Amino acid sequence: MSEAESLSGEVGEDGAGLRRADPVTLTLGAKRLDLSRIAGEVFRNRRLRACLVPLVLLALWWVGTRSNPDGLIPPPDAVGVALWDLAFGGINDDAFSQMLLTDLIASASRVYGAFLLAAAIALPLGMLIGRLRVVRELLEPTFQLLRPVPVTAWLPLSMIIFGLGPRSAFFLVALGAFYPILVNTVFAVRSVEPRLFEAAQMLGVSPARMFPKVVLPASLPGMFTGLRVGLGFAWVVIVVGEMTGVQTGLGAMIMDARQLSRTEIVISGMAVIGLAGFLSDLAIQMIGRRLLAWSPLHG
Amino acid sequence: MVEPLLRVTNASKIYPGGIQALRGANIIIERGEFVCLIGASGCGKSTLLRMIAGFEQATEGEVVMRGRPVTGPGPDRGMVFQDYGLFPWLTVRGNIAFGPAEKGKKKAEVARIAERFISMMGLQRFADVYPHQLSGGMKQRVAIARVLANDAHLALMDEPFGALDAMTRERLQDELLAIWRATELSVVFVTHSLEEAIFLADRVVVMSPGPGRIVAEEHIELERPRDVSSPEFNAIRRRLAALLHADHVKEAA
Repeated sequence: MSEAESLSGEVGEDGAGLRRADPVTLTLGAKRLDLSRIAGEVFRNRRLRACLVPLVLLALWWVGTRSNPDGLIPPPDAVGVALWDLAFGGINDDAFSQMLLTDLIASASRVYGAFLLAAAIALPLGMLIGRLRVVRELLEPTFQLLRPVPVTAWLPLSMIIFGLGPRSAFFLVALGAFYPILVNTVFAVRSVEPRLFEAAQMLGVSPARMFPKVVLPASLPGMFTGLRVGLGFAWVVIVVGEMTGVQTGLGAMIMDARQLSRTEIVISGMAVIGLAGFLSDLAIQMIGRRLLAWSPLHG
Repeated sequence: MVEPLLRVTNASKIYPGGIQALRGANIIIERGEFVCLIGASGCGKSTLLRMIAGFEQATEGEVVMRGRPVTGPGPDRGMVFQDYGLFPWLTVRGNIAFGPAEKGKKKAEVARIAERFISMMGLQRFADVYPHQLSGGMKQRVAIARVLANDAHLALMDEPFGALDAMTRERLQDELLAIWRATELSVVFVTHSLEEAIFLADRVVVMSPGPGRIVAEEHIELERPRDVSSPEFNAIRRRLAALLHADHVKEAA
């Protein structure tokens, strides 16, 4: 927190310096707006600062599309209307109206379910690979070979093995979350400071108890980073996962809209996935901060 | 003859690749003694300490603690590292309680022991804080308390105050002496500061590199608290410095 405060303090000073040296003003009728003063104020507020770039992008989008409302890319207000209709209906009353919550729940349950499955396999496997040389020599080359294969490439094979529909989607999303968790867990478990083993030994920890007393707690921050990246990836691959012929879900919605050239619905779906992934990441960071208060990386 | 607390007999260490870190070291530590190992880097002082701790095995000779050969690390020999080696996921209290808890002592007993050493080291205000929030001096106090709480007979200290500023270092030296006098602890303390060695030790063991070996021992008979600016202190310092220095001259020749 203190870092953020000092940061905003610094920028605030910059803003003040700008105001003294070089007042940029805009005259609107009788009103004169001191732009640098407004800019300074916006910059000083951490939340407003975070909104700045998205607002600029939104403005560029609006400027680029407003002259041609029937072009291939719809303007932001058309997307806003589509989003409202997706959420509450009452505008178009078509196949998409009021489906947002259903699709969001379907996708979120796939993301979290597949993420939990991936974690349940990748965490213990990563610990084994990291700690036992035999397991490492047995499995690591195989994983190194399989890891570069993108989830998209697995799509056809997954549909053959798991059939059309939700099971295939589940597998693909789990696959996307699996590798970041595995790789980070292996790394965390292998990079425990040797000094901590010595300290534990001289305090009387037996070799058998080294894992629960030292390895596990010491590698929690690394494992947690893996979980965070893995959950992010699960949201990234949800659209690919839902290309497997599932009926509901944000990915399915985007695919349907694409075939009907309903680009405003495609963009709505993108916005909702972005927001859901963002909130999901905030939540996992909050959990991390609470559980790993001891770690300078997370606390 | 009564068996000493620790006896190192003709101990040598040759690392794979043929580098001899230590040759024919003999040393005896009596119960309650404070011994400093001093020497330039490469003189084998850390190797000798790590051999006593059981982190490294002698290629020749033996280390015997209370009549039993040392084959590995054990809670009777507590180590204080220069880089602290505290468990970052445990609070100060958790770090100090770690050893007693690992021995399977009852919860109430563990809490009582932790409390005792928290107050002995003046850590009351920091008992529930994590190591990354502490200064170097505070961290080293926790590391010392951790060894004391584990009921070690012999504290092995590897340049424990080497990373601290001069003021903190002096305070911790005084605190260490006070604790050493109040308990039955024996200490082997590695340092590269002659002043620190003469200030602290009953006996200073001077070591020399190429290959690492013990070249001299000196009992320090000065009354404590010792005055580092007294003529007696300086006389000893000059004598030991000459011993440390003799080797450089020989090497240069």
